[in-house]
Amino acid sequence: MDIIVCIKQVPDTTEVKINPETNTLVREGVPSIVNPFDENAIEAALALKEQHGGKVTVITMGPPQAKEALKQAVAMGADEVYLVSDRAFAGSDTWATSYTLAQAIKKIGKYDLILCGKQAIDGDTAQVGPGIAEWLNIPQATFAVKIEVADNKAKVERMLEEENEIVEIPLPAVITVVKQINEPRMPSLKGMMKAKKSEIPTLSLADINGDPEKAGLKGSPTQVVKIFSPPAKGGGEMLTGEPADIAAGVVAKIKERKII
Amino acid sequence: MLDYGLTEEQLMIRELARKIALEKGVPVREKLDETGEFPWEIMKVFAESDLCGLYIDEKYGGTGMGELAFCLATEEISRICGGIGVTFAASALGASPIVLYGSEEQKKKYLPDIAAGKKLAAFGLTEANAGSDAAGMETTATKDGDHYILNGTKQWITNGGEADTYSVIAISDRKKGSRGATAFILEKGMPGFTFGKKENKMGIRCSATRELVFQGCKVPKENVIAKEGMGFIVAMKTLDMTRPGIGAQAVGIAQGALDEAIKYAKQRVQFGKPIITLQAIQHMLADMATQIEAARSLVYSVARAIDNGSKDFTKEAAMCKLFASDTAMRVTTDAVQILGGYGYMKEYPVEKMMRDAKITQIYEGTNQIQRNQIGLGLIKEAAKK
Ligand SMILES: Cc1cc2nc3c(=O)[nH]c(=O)nc-3n(C[C@H](O)[C@H](O)[C@H](O)COP(=O)(O)OP(=O)(O)OC[C@H]3O[C@@H](n4cnc5c(N)ncnc54)[C@H](O)[C@@H]3O)c2cc1C
Repeated sequence: MDIIVCIKQVPDTTEVKINPETNTLVREGVPSIVNPFDENAIEAALALKEQHGGKVTVITMGPPQAKEALKQAVAMGADEVYLVSDRAFAGSDTWATSYTLAQAIKKIGKYDLILCGKQAIDGDTAQVGPGIAEWLNIPQATFAVKIEVADNKAKVERMLEEENEIVEIPLPAVITVVKQINEPRMPSLKGMMKAKKSEIPTLSLADINGDPEKAGLKGSPTQVVKIFSPPAKGGGEMLTGEPADIAAGVVAKIKERKII
Repeated sequence: MLDYGLTEEQLMIRELARKIALEKGVPVREKLDETGEFPWEIMKVFAESDLCGLYIDEKYGGTGMGELAFCLATEEISRICGGIGVTFAASALGASPIVLYGSEEQKKKYLPDIAAGKKLAAFGLTEANAGSDAAGMETTATKDGDHYILNGTKQWITNGGEADTYSVIAISDRKKGSRGATAFILEKGMPGFTFGKKENKMGIRCSATRELVFQGCKVPKENVIAKEGMGFIVAMKTLDMTRPGIGAQAVGIAQGALDEAIKYAKQRVQFGKPIITLQAIQHMLADMATQIEAARSLVYSVARAIDNGSKDFTKEAAMCKLFASDTAMRVTTDAVQILGGYGYMKEYPVEKMMRDAKITQIYEGTNQIQRNQIGLGLIKEAAKK
């Protein structure tokens, strides 16, 4: 069973600062990590490989620094990795990103399953996984908390807000995973040594037979108008004293603000 | 941290051990200390991450990275939890007699599982009436055809009951004195080999300390390590190899306490400013850091000398253990002092570190015994001049 995992390198915090003048993320001093949900996707792929055999290939679209994320995947046990990188990919929205990854996947060729994290912690769109499925025209299941593969089909337990749902889809398919699916393994020493030595192959726009009109900023219908930090919520007011006085105080405040 | 000229691989080992200790050790250490539960879960992670065979040759399933690599991993693990640290290190103590003196067959049979972390090892020398005076041991091994029959009880054996492979020293011929002991490999489950209850300890509480009880335990002669009569030599050379490891454990515990003391001193405000701005606190921190660095330098140098093929390092191995463990005791005590009353409370990890530090001055030979060893070494050297 050949599995391709799509991962993203993200800043190591959900609270990155935004430069108010340029409306862009301030990345200086913020270490980069593999998007946490993508670590779950790698783990899910490695576990499926241990069960069914085959190969785990990990890809990422990003700048040259994103090689570090791929090295981490190798250290965890990925068999092959590719960096999909080209100046032409700069400014990609989720449409262009999923197009580019789908083209890279077509280039790699052989796959039974594509795994992604449910969303990236920097953009939080959860659109790229489903987008890849659309570009490849294959089935998809999102928010997987359990995946069982048999007879060229995947039984997927999806974690929804109120309940879980079990669906069965034919392979090949795209499945995105939530963090509850597993606990990502630690890298191994042998994996780290392999990662250190490994050359990471890069795929350019030309390598993936990409259409320049569909990639990068040009291929991105979404325009980010503004990014800003919403004003911080003011701290609440603490009432102290005897319970009866506090209760009276609360009632007075509610009346004062005409909440009821 | 000072650049000790570590190789890329050694740096990787340190980084990996630290990552695992932080992510898997920190969240559980308080609970393990409280319940005394054996840290199997994190030991499995060390196994899967290839950290259990650092000191074992590639030929026998290890990574063959040597003593310094082993010390680096032990240090980083102990920096987070001394109990997990000793569990990791004691397996090496138990395997060392086989690494140093085992036959080819013994190495092939026992080392791969230990290197893979599938099995733990333990070392049984101490008895109720034979601690510092190991020669006073009462466990006997009586030859009976192709076997030896073991009778007696080993006390306070780290990883006892949890390990599968045991290196045990017993008296095979009391008349022969220092040539009268023999080392054996025992396997958990051999008839006549059972375990006492788990001891309730002051520190390193998650590590398992148990009695090994031998009642007519039949051990095939293929399980003799080296030769009959070489038991004390095997034991002493083993301890030479592993004492720098105890030094590394002590350096780790001390470093962990310094980490906590600095973090706390920066954030604790008294008299209107953080206490780290007080010279009295800075001087304590300075002494702690200096002692730790001195201990670390000593441990790394001796470990490196061993890796470079040095043959006689009994005295220096004793120095590693002596100096680093005394440092750990002093530094952890001072860390509690810097945290004041909070340091005495279980909500902060330094009181545990102080309890964990104490054992490093006692096991693998008390620090009095280390001084005896060093003194003996000095006399021998003087006699050669
Ligand atoms: C938690 C724990 C784990 C252990 N794990 C193991 C293990 O895995 N395997 C194993 O074989 N053993 C193990 N031990 C045993 C340990 O190595 C001994 O406790 C240690 O060697 C000291 O022996 P003792 O406790 O009998 O003290 P004693 O020998 O009775 O010493 C008592 C005091 O007298 C001093 N003293 C004794 N003789 C001399 C001397 N000649 N000169 C100066 N001072 C002296 C000692 O320094 C000490 O202060 C462990 C012990 C503990 C507590």
